[in-house]
Amino acid sequence: MSSDTPAPEPQSQTLSLPEMEGGGASGLRAVLGGILSSWSARISAAVLLIIVLMSVFAPLVTSHDPIQLDPAIRLQPPSAAHLLGTDSYGRDMFARIVYGSRISLLVGAGTVIVALLFGMIIGVLTGYFRWVDAVLMRVMDGLMAIPGVLLAIALVAISGGTLVTVLVAIAVPEIPRVARMVRGVIMGVRNEPYVEAASVLGTGMWPMVWRHMLPNTVAPLIVQGTYIFAAAIMTESILSFLGAGIPPEIPSWGNMMADGRLYFLLKPELIFFPGVMVSLTVLSVNMLGDVLRDRLDPRMAKRL
Amino acid sequence: MLSFIIKRILSAIPVLFMVAILVFLVLRLAPGDPAVMIAGPNATPDQLQQLRESMGLTRPLLEQLIIWLTNMAHGDMGTSLISGKPATELIMDRFGPTLALSLSTVVLAIVVAIPLGVVAAWQRGKVLDRLVMGLSVLGFSVPVFIIGYVLILVFARILGWFPVQGYQPLSNGFVPFAQRLVLPSVALSFPYIALIARIVRTNVIEVMNEDYIRTARAKGLKESAVLMGHALGNAAVPIITIIGVSIAMLIGGVVVTESVFNIPGLGRLVLESVLARDYTVIQAVILLFSAIYVVINLVVDLLYGVFDPRIRY
Repeated sequence: MSSDTPAPEPQSQTLSLPEMEGGGASGLRAVLGGILSSWSARISAAVLLIIVLMSVFAPLVTSHDPIQLDPAIRLQPPSAAHLLGTDSYGRDMFARIVYGSRISLLVGAGTVIVALLFGMIIGVLTGYFRWVDAVLMRVMDGLMAIPGVLLAIALVAISGGTLVTVLVAIAVPEIPRVARMVRGVIMGVRNEPYVEAASVLGTGMWPMVWRHMLPNTVAPLIVQGTYIFAAAIMTESILSFLGAGIPPEIPSWGNMMADGRLYFLLKPELIFFPGVMVSLTVLSVNMLGDVLRDRLDPRMAKRL
Repeated sequence: MLSFIIKRILSAIPVLFMVAILVFLVLRLAPGDPAVMIAGPNATPDQLQQLRESMGLTRPLLEQLIIWLTNMAHGDMGTSLISGKPATELIMDRFGPTLALSLSTVVLAIVVAIPLGVVAAWQRGKVLDRLVMGLSVLGFSVPVFIIGYVLILVFARILGWFPVQGYQPLSNGFVPFAQRLVLPSVALSFPYIALIARIVRTNVIEVMNEDYIRTARAKGLKESAVLMGHALGNAAVPIITIIGVSIAMLIGGVVVTESVFNIPGLGRLVLESVLARDYTVIQAVILLFSAIYVVINLVVDLLYGVFDPRIRY
C-alpha cells in the first residue's frame, strides 16, 4: 500500500483488544498466532521469512560481490556463473538482489521506528493536553497536505542522499497519520471508567499514559506499522529510481532499477528482477497487514 | 448552505498558511547548505558568502519567512536560480501535460473502480470478489514505474499500438495527444483503482445492511437498481473522501510516471530542479501541489453537503 493510504479517521477509537487490558501480552500472542491460520498469510509470512534469511545470510547465499565492477562481462544473460546475469557495469545481478534486500528491510524497519516513535510522542501530547492539541494538530494537518514523495525528494536533494536522510525523508510524511491515530485512542479512553479511577487514585501523567492509555494503541500501531513498512520500501525504490535516493554505489533495489533505465528496451530484466522483488516484498507485507488488521482492529477492518 | 460553504472556504486558509510555513521551514532547516548545493564543492568561501547574501540566506530566519510569505501573497513564487525565469512562468509552461495526465487518470480510475467495487460487494465472498480484492492488493504493491515499463514493453514495443514515450499537446490534434496519454494514465491509475475499488466495496457492503435497502428490495426493485441507485448513492460520501485524500498519492505517482514516459510536466520540473539544485523552483512546485491538495479536499468537503444534507456544520 502506498504511503498515502488514507488511514481511516480514528475518531473515538476505543479498545479493540479487550483481553489486552490486563496482562496484555498473552492476548496479543494468541492473536499473532491465530494470524497464520489463513493460507494467504502463511504464504506472505513464508516469502518474508525467505527475504529476511536472504538478507541476513547474504554472503552465504551468493559468493559474488554486489559492488565489484567487471566491464568485460557487462549485460550478460542469466547463466550458471551469474544466475540472473550481469548489469551494465558487469556486476552480478543476483548478488545485488540478495544484498539489496538488506537495504530495503533496513529502510522499512528504520522508517517504522522513526514514524511510530515521533507519531506516538506527538499523539500522546496532543491527546493529553488540549492546548498542545490546538497547535500541533494544525502543524500535522499542514504536513499531511504536502505530498510525501515530493517532500522526500526535496529533503534528500537538500541534505544529500545518505541512508539516514532518505530514511528520515520517508518517515516524516508518515508521522501525522500515526499521531492522529494515537491521539484518537488517547482521547477515546480519557473518559473510560478505569482511566478516571486511576486518575482519582492520583496516578501521575506518565504512569497514566504508559500503563493505562498506551496499551490501547498497541494493536492499531502494529497494523499501521506494517503498512508503513511496506510503504517505506516502495518509497525508497521510487526515490532511488528517480535518482533522489540513497547513494548510487549502495546496491539497493531502487538503485538497480535506476541503473537499468538506460537499457530498458534492450534488457528489460534489469528493471524487472528488482521490480519483482520490491513488489513481492510489499505485497507480502500488505497481505500480512490486512490479516493483522482484521484480527487486531475490527473497527478499522470494517472501514477499509 | 451558503454559510456552510463560506465557513469551509475560510477554514482552508489557515491550512494553506501552515503549509507555506512548513514547506519553508522544512526545506530551510534541513541539514545542508543550499549555497554549497548550488555552487558546488569547489566554490571558495567568498563565493559561497556572496551567494548566501544574494539568496537572502544571511537574514534572520523569521525575516526570511515573512519575505517568502509576503511574496507568495503577491503571487511571486521566486525566481529560478538556474534559468533566471520566474518560478510561476516555469510552472505555467509545465502545467498542461500534468493536468492532462492527472485528469485522464482520475476519470479512468473512477470509471473502472466503481463498477469493480460494486461487483465485488455484490459477489461478496465469491470468486469474483476475491479476484477483484486480490488484484487490488497487487495494484498498490507494484511500483507505478514497473507497471509503466510493462505497459511500454507490451503495448508499445511488442504490439506497437502506442508510441513508447513522449507527449503532444492537445493543440497538435486530439489523436496524437490521446495516443500518448493512454499508457501513462493506465499505469498511474493502477494503485488508484485498487484503492477506490476497495473503499467502494466496503461501503456498499455496509450500506446493504440498512433498512432502506430491504425496503427497496421489498418494493420489487431489480438488484441492479438497488445496487446502483440506493447502495452506491448512500455510500457516496466515503467514496468521495477517498478520491480526495488519495490525490496526494496521485501527485507522488505523477512525478514517477512523467519520468518513465518522458512527459514534460510538473513532475519532471521537480526532478530537473532537484538535479540542478534549483531551490526556489522546488519550493514553488511543492507549495503548488500542496495547495492543490488542500483545494481538492475543500471541494470534497463541500460535496459532502451536496451528497449528504445531514453534513453541514
